Amino acid sequence: MIEDIVKEIKKAVGKWIKGVTIKNSQRVYIDIDPAGVREVATYLWKDRGARYSIATAIDNRTNFEVQHHLSLDREGGAMVSLRSILDRDKPSMPSLAPVIKASDWIEREMSELMGIEFVGHPDMRRLLLSSEHWPEGVYPLRKDFKA
Amino acid sequence: MSLKIKALTKSPWVYHLCAGGSCNNCDIEILDCLTPRFDVERFGVTLIGSVRHADALLVSGIVTKKTAPLVKQIWEQAPKPCLVVAIGGCACSQGMFKDCYTANPVPLDELIPVHAYVPGCPPKPETMIAGIVKLLGSLTK
Amino acid sequence: MSDRRIIPIGPYHPLQEEPELFRLEVDGETVVDLDVEVGWNHRGIEKLCETKTYDQVPFVVERICGICSTSHPLAYVQAVEDAGNIEVPERALYIRTLVAELERLHSHLLWVGLAGHFLGYNTVWMWSWKYREPILDICETVTGNRNHYAMMKVGGVRRDILPEHVDYILSRLPEIEKFADLIKGAVLDDPVLHARLKGVGVMTADDIHDYGAVGPTSRASGVPGDVRRDDPYAAYGLVDWDVICVPQGDVFAKAVVRVLEMYETIKIIKGCLEKMPAGEIDSKPKVVAPGEGIGRHEAPRGEVFHYVRSDGTNRPIRHKIRAPTYVNLPTYKTSVIGESITDATIILAAIDPCYCCTERMAVYKHKGDPNEPIMTGSDLVRLSQEKTARLRKEFGL
Repeated sequence: MIEDIVKEIKKAVGKWIKGVTIKNSQRVYIDIDPAGVREVATYLWKDRGARYSIATAIDNRTNFEVQHHLSLDREGGAMVSLRSILDRDKPSMPSLAPVIKASDWIEREMSELMGIEFVGHPDMRRLLLSSEHWPEGVYPLRKDFKA
Repeated sequence: MSLKIKALTKSPWVYHLCAGGSCNNCDIEILDCLTPRFDVERFGVTLIGSVRHADALLVSGIVTKKTAPLVKQIWEQAPKPCLVVAIGGCACSQGMFKDCYTANPVPLDELIPVHAYVPGCPPKPETMIAGIVKLLGSLTK
Repeated sequence: MSDRRIIPIGPYHPLQEEPELFRLEVDGETVVDLDVEVGWNHRGIEKLCETKTYDQVPFVVERICGICSTSHPLAYVQAVEDAGNIEVPERALYIRTLVAELERLHSHLLWVGLAGHFLGYNTVWMWSWKYREPILDICETVTGNRNHYAMMKVGGVRRDILPEHVDYILSRLPEIEKFADLIKGAVLDDPVLHARLKGVGVMTADDIHDYGAVGPTSRASGVPGDVRRDDPYAAYGLVDWDVICVPQGDVFAKAVVRVLEMYETIKIIKGCLEKMPAGEIDSKPKVVAPGEGIGRHEAPRGEVFHYVRSDGTNRPIRHKIRAPTYVNLPTYKTSVIGESITDATIILAAIDPCYCCTERMAVYKHKGDPNEPIMTGSDLVRLSQEKTARLRKEFGL
């Protein structure tokens, strides 16, 4: 079942896919090229009717990782995570917000707390921390952050 | 007993102030004190919408960097004498959020005067009532 | 002269439990735009969790929110179990379900009460909070605390449910069902509430998909999303219950969903108590193997999402948390615009917002003259005097 879905995803947007890990019938991790994140996510969200759940940004010390989690509510409830690996020095990837409204806040949050740039985001302002109490360029969720 | 203390303790009107980093549980338990099982309104204690009518502030949660100026401002707006009760572990001692990067370096009781501490996570409604009764008792003695 | 004004609600406002700033831009009495600012309650729990061990984290995530205080630990332990492929004994799964459903019951009653309060219908508030107390009594008997139950742990649960607890819960359930009937009557059969809530703050199924909204907010718009059924966990796949879903999408529909869900919850609790097998309650895992995992739970307000990455040490290297209000609150922008200012509060209340969970927002666009000042108190007095004068003239007084 989940294997069939993965096959279909590969057929539709295979050119951006670098690898697939099927952890179990409900959890799939797809490694993608960051440049194609909008195409892959739009395919899942629009064509397959997946619900955009949230994104996670991870500081791996050598690089940054962004995972967009989409839930295939209409096809067995599996969680598909699109993994993009970003450069450590200047992390940047295309924004999903112009297509998927649900990603608006989380991209602002990731940019604010992790320092990842989302190119093409319509409204990139701070979300949680106020500029009066928090300096620019200090990202609390990074591993090298010291309070 | 002076008239001022009598007026303050007869039927204290309370203003509920969530200082910021709170899990909302203390706030819900404060409201719970007013609902039928505990019903402190019987004794003239009522929750009011404006701090300018308050005899006591019930503060819950840690003070965050973003709310610190507001908490101070609200205390300044309260008519004096006004009592401040720290409700719950976070308001009393910053609790488990002490090391958070958004926690205000100055805790609540150094930011504004605190007259009573009601610890607990969350304190039960009975605990809060007991704390406020003790505080009022200490004033009228 | 444009009648566009900004009405701020917050950061400290008598209707709100927690600090949050909503700037409603109104034209006359109609809301035309909205700006929400969040972050007052932001504590940085994701960072804090990276400094705690796997067994300490449930106590931290429990304190994300006092009302969903079993939802976050449940989603978290499932994420860790997913990452480390840890087995959980069946009895523990039933106990998890039972505690989660008790929480849903008191949370929905709490919502009905607050919604009544927002509408100025304080009778409903007092009633539903009065009848919430017996449920808190059950929670206290079973777990030791009214809220913050500390039941979840990686590999199982911390405390067993004793046979006398089962009898006690069963003996109190008929009474709770009677309360549910009473609340149902007070809310769903009240002509005033029908008039006040129907057709207000409507959200379509497309809006729900756009914003990724979850929980009763989505189920009231005809989107039957429910993690308990879509991706079954704990004992939800083992007991009999139904997903409540209605198509209208207005505030009344959300009330209907929550009130009817209370009956399903009682059904699940009964099912758990009947079917709960004897046995171990904890598989006592020693290590969490390296890996990543996702845990989800349908909290009273919608899907709670936890992502945990383990590197084989005793603490997570990344812990991402997404609370339901984080995706439900932005929908306020679609549901409130075009509505009357008097309905703004109840539309907000309809999603059952929980800022301490969310803590994250600011959308503000000034459509009129940017130099136009925000109204002061004396301006409002003047406006009111002008209106009185106009009315007096109109009626020839």
